[in-house]
Amino acid sequence: MALDDQRKSGFKFVGTRPNRPDGMDKVTGRAKFGADMYAPGMLHGAILRSPHAHAKINKLDVSRAEKLKGVKAIVTRADFSKKINFTSGKDLETWNVLENIMAGEKVLYDGHAVAAVAATSALVARDAIKLIEVQYEILPHVTDVDAAMAKGAPIVREGVADKSVPEGLNSNVARYHESGHGDVEVGFKEADLIVEDSFKTEATHQGYIEPHACLATLGNDGKGELWCTTQGHFYFQKICAALLDLETSQLRVTASEIGGGFGGKTTVFVEPVALALSRKSNRPVKLVMSRSEVFRATGPTSSTSMDIKIGMKKDGTITAGQGTFRLQGGAFPGAPGDLTAMCAFAPYSLKNVHQIGYDVLTNRPKQAAYRAPGSPMAAFAVESVIDELCKKLNLDPIEVRLKNASRKGTKASFGPKFDEIGLVETLEAAKEHPHYSAPLKVGQGRGISCGFWFNFGGETAVSLALSEDGTAQISVGTPDIGGSRSSMALMAAEELGIPYDHIRCTIADTATLGYNEISHGSRVTYASGLATIKAAKDAINKLSKRAADKWGIPKEAVKWEDGCAVPSGPNAGNFQPLSLKDLTKNMGKTGGPIVGHFEATPEGAGVSFATHIVDAEVDPDTGKTKILRYTVIQDAGKAIHPSYVEGQYQGGAAQGIGWALNEEYIYGSDGRLQNAGFLDYRIPLASDLPMIDTVIVEVPNPGHPYGVRGVGETSICPPLAAIANAVSAAAGIRLRELPMSPPRIVAALNGK
Amino acid sequence: MSNIHVNTIVNGDEVGFLCDPRETLLDCLRDKLSLTGAKEGCGTGDCGSCSVKLDGRLVCSCLVLGAEAEGKKIETIEGMSRDEKLHPLQEKFIEHAALQCGICTPGILVATKALLEKNPNPSETEVRYWLAGNLCRCTGYDKIIRAVLDTAADLREAK
Amino acid sequence: MQYYTPESFSEASELSKNAEGIIRFLAGGTDVLVQLRADITTPDVLIDIKKIPDVKKIKKNPDGSWCIGAAVCGAELNEHEGIKSDWPGVVEAVDLIGSTQIQGRATLVGNLCNGSPAADSVPALMAAGATATVINSSGSREVSIEKIPHSPGRTTLGKGEVVSAINLPAHKPNSGDAYLRLIPRTEMDIAVVGCGINLTLEGDKISEARVSLGAVTPTVILVDAAAKAIIGKQLDEQTLEALAEAARKACNPISDRRGTIEYRTHIAGVLAKRAAKIAYERARS
Repeated sequence: MALDDQRKSGFKFVGTRPNRPDGMDKVTGRAKFGADMYAPGMLHGAILRSPHAHAKINKLDVSRAEKLKGVKAIVTRADFSKKINFTSGKDLETWNVLENIMAGEKVLYDGHAVAAVAATSALVARDAIKLIEVQYEILPHVTDVDAAMAKGAPIVREGVADKSVPEGLNSNVARYHESGHGDVEVGFKEADLIVEDSFKTEATHQGYIEPHACLATLGNDGKGELWCTTQGHFYFQKICAALLDLETSQLRVTASEIGGGFGGKTTVFVEPVALALSRKSNRPVKLVMSRSEVFRATGPTSSTSMDIKIGMKKDGTITAGQGTFRLQGGAFPGAPGDLTAMCAFAPYSLKNVHQIGYDVLTNRPKQAAYRAPGSPMAAFAVESVIDELCKKLNLDPIEVRLKNASRKGTKASFGPKFDEIGLVETLEAAKEHPHYSAPLKVGQGRGISCGFWFNFGGETAVSLALSEDGTAQISVGTPDIGGSRSSMALMAAEELGIPYDHIRCTIADTATLGYNEISHGSRVTYASGLATIKAAKDAINKLSKRAADKWGIPKEAVKWEDGCAVPSGPNAGNFQPLSLKDLTKNMGKTGGPIVGHFEATPEGAGVSFATHIVDAEVDPDTGKTKILRYTVIQDAGKAIHPSYVEGQYQGGAAQGIGWALNEEYIYGSDGRLQNAGFLDYRIPLASDLPMIDTVIVEVPNPGHPYGVRGVGETSICPPLAAIANAVSAAAGIRLRELPMSPPRIVAALNGK
Repeated sequence: MSNIHVNTIVNGDEVGFLCDPRETLLDCLRDKLSLTGAKEGCGTGDCGSCSVKLDGRLVCSCLVLGAEAEGKKIETIEGMSRDEKLHPLQEKFIEHAALQCGICTPGILVATKALLEKNPNPSETEVRYWLAGNLCRCTGYDKIIRAVLDTAADLREAK
Repeated sequence: MQYYTPESFSEASELSKNAEGIIRFLAGGTDVLVQLRADITTPDVLIDIKKIPDVKKIKKNPDGSWCIGAAVCGAELNEHEGIKSDWPGVVEAVDLIGSTQIQGRATLVGNLCNGSPAADSVPALMAAGATATVINSSGSREVSIEKIPHSPGRTTLGKGEVVSAINLPAHKPNSGDAYLRLIPRTEMDIAVVGCGINLTLEGDKISEARVSLGAVTPTVILVDAAAKAIIGKQLDEQTLEALAEAARKACNPISDRRGTIEYRTHIAGVLAKRAAKIAYERARS
């Protein structure tokens, strides 16, 4: 549903590349991240974590730790709300979070928090947790998704499954999703070639360089302050209040600068613990996670096991697509089996499509989103099979995708009809791009893949206050995880007609604005942006009223042009334009402060499609893959600040490269995580990557005043398959398990 | 053991602090000298976000003890710009959008400043390998490398 | 943790001989501090050797051999034209350890005494025929590098013993050394396999050879059979294959988060060939 006043051209500020407002702070080291806050009298927190994948806690004795000099408080599960209880068959996420941030009767994964200490120094806190005695009764554990679904598997928790789960599955299966349309059996009969394949991906971590960190102050009077690195401080406020039996508005949360999130900082891990320690010790408590804690006990992605079956005619028409996606999300429900299933065939207009997704429990940490949760894995599987079909039928991979591409009006594999979308435009841009026709040497191969993410709106509240000197302050409630402050200021500048440098965008704390949904779902430039535009229009409305009053004409006779109120036509009167500054300098006397604001849950988020092209070279003796060239082509709707859109494209591609080639969670047979550090959890280095070229395609999203689509997530969807397809072309072997690490490639080349 | 009293020079200023023998230089810079520009991303020397210069050598401050700073000269991100003027690298990073979240930025700036002081004309490959120990998760390194090469070219021209 | 800064190696040796509990020496700290922070090893006594005179010196002896002080870091070795010219394999091995920042601190002595079977500089040092100067209460002695590793994480050094320097032999004419390692990324990883080769040529044929492998056995080892496979021969395809086969046979690796048994064994053969070719070219030039 298009907005009436959508603007498509004639932008003065939007689309330019000014310096970002937080640039100076960040290049000088002045910017304050989660661990950069200090308070007088501050204590340091440390958390004792389970060394077992699954065990009953028979005894927990903190007495020796309490006696250590410098220890001021110790908390366990008993220090959190007793009103939140597990209910069989119901998904109470609040209970899930509580159970995750501090174990109850059982520890459910290696790294699960068991108790926490606040002490006068970080070293004393670390020494103290070693003195806490825990008696564990070890239980059988399970870490693999297929093993967890099998008969006789160790059960993580009974009674988790909701009504969606069919009969006959064990209690580790929490959710079941099934969707599609048409009749795949009919479709398969029409095919000239069917490819059926199974794929596996291991869990990966968002890998943000900044560990979770917070500084909490909570008094016995129920009033508290929390400083933390977060993607959603309003959500943190809500959930911490619930976990600690506080009234929501008595807890004020301030978001620090965030050192990377990518979905992993959308929920709490140490923040409620720090608050509980603060309340118990009556002092501020700083809690910073170590890197190994981040890997063991925050929210990696799911691991997956997938079966795909696709039928294609000789002319490239896909006749049917079927997929089954099994995802484990750790010891709690939440693995995006449904989203994975829904994304898998989204780029394709299919008459017959059917997908099933499972959300399975295992003894692993509670999964969290990692840019487009589920979509990269689905794309890996489906796009690999499409590639195989193209190769076997000797068809061009882009032509086949164009032939079957989803367009406006296509009934998506997940149900609704697509509105304006840019998939075809990205495919055509890929086809025309010099990368697609560049020559390759022996041992080198090229792969392409498409990718998709829904994007999202969410509750949004923005306030735009004008200063007497004619400048403006925007308060948004969405932490800036990608350069959004710049984009907000550009959009406000566009509306208000004042220079970009006259506008400062701040991430306000929870006491300042109405509720804002977490910065996720690629929603910030879309939703906070839409809200900023509307808040600016609201301010303009008020400014226009002041001008109208001054001129003695009706408000409808005033329009806003180039930063000034002007009479809307010759009949309105012959008045000189009044600039924004003219109107604000006396606003106290002409009616009071002028503030524009906007609160809503925008519904018009536009989906974003992408096509990636990658060239890879495989050393057949060592199995090492070198990425030679990478091009990201993605639909942004309207790029408000092109440099930051490019940044999202490049960052997502780099993460996808790591995921495809080297990143994985490695569990031992004892269920313990073996690579909880950046040494053996191998993210891409500067020396691993080439320059990453980007093409911004713009097919405006009808649901945003300027056509903005979220871009942050789709960029991670195509790389896994694009690289698998490139490796397949380079080395002549098809890998169906990620990561495609050197030992796996050598084994595949040797025919194992 | 009781605390060790350390006297050292940081960004040209003589400073002193008390530290537990187990505390790292990174802990001391941040918690005792309020120089929070260096960050702890991993604590094991794998991410480079704690990079500083120690007697002219680029090092990870998380792998140096506070006690080892006695009598040494330390340069951190806070010492990179003179007065109000930013170092050319800092300016180029902003201009090229070579940072997104910014957590790795201080470490990368300290590291690349050290590179250009040693090699004013590095190739793209040399820059990438020099920065192999500075992890960035947001940018894919592309704009960072461009900013460094652009700065190097400008500095060579200025000479 | 007690922290000491002795001003001589005999003082350092005495301190460690009389100390109780877990004792560590501190040079670059790039292993000791990692283990301290990760709660793997918290020393009771930490002896910092960097205040001892000459620990940062690289000295060329009159006979052409080299003495490298215990606190000389990788970056300093990489900047030293003399050592780079005589022992490029040793220098490239040290240069591979970690990042630029690690290079600003990491030392040969630390890499050796940490006792990891995957240490990068140790195969190169072994192939070069290097020795360690070991000091204890009785005095000082030279120990061949291959006698130092004991088992994963342990050396053969006793309580009260400390390494003050690494010594490299004089460069022989018509000799060349090389070190290669296999890691999944381009930098920063622990070696999945490491191979150091040092050759001397007489005409086209190899008259002397030392071949060392890392990360494929519980300690870094010298592989006599691999050396024998190429001594007296030219480096043709047949000889290279014999070398690779000997290298593979010497492997007794584990499967872990860094590599499988099959992969490591296969790669040992691949790297032995590649390193031999590089050493051969260096010997000829």
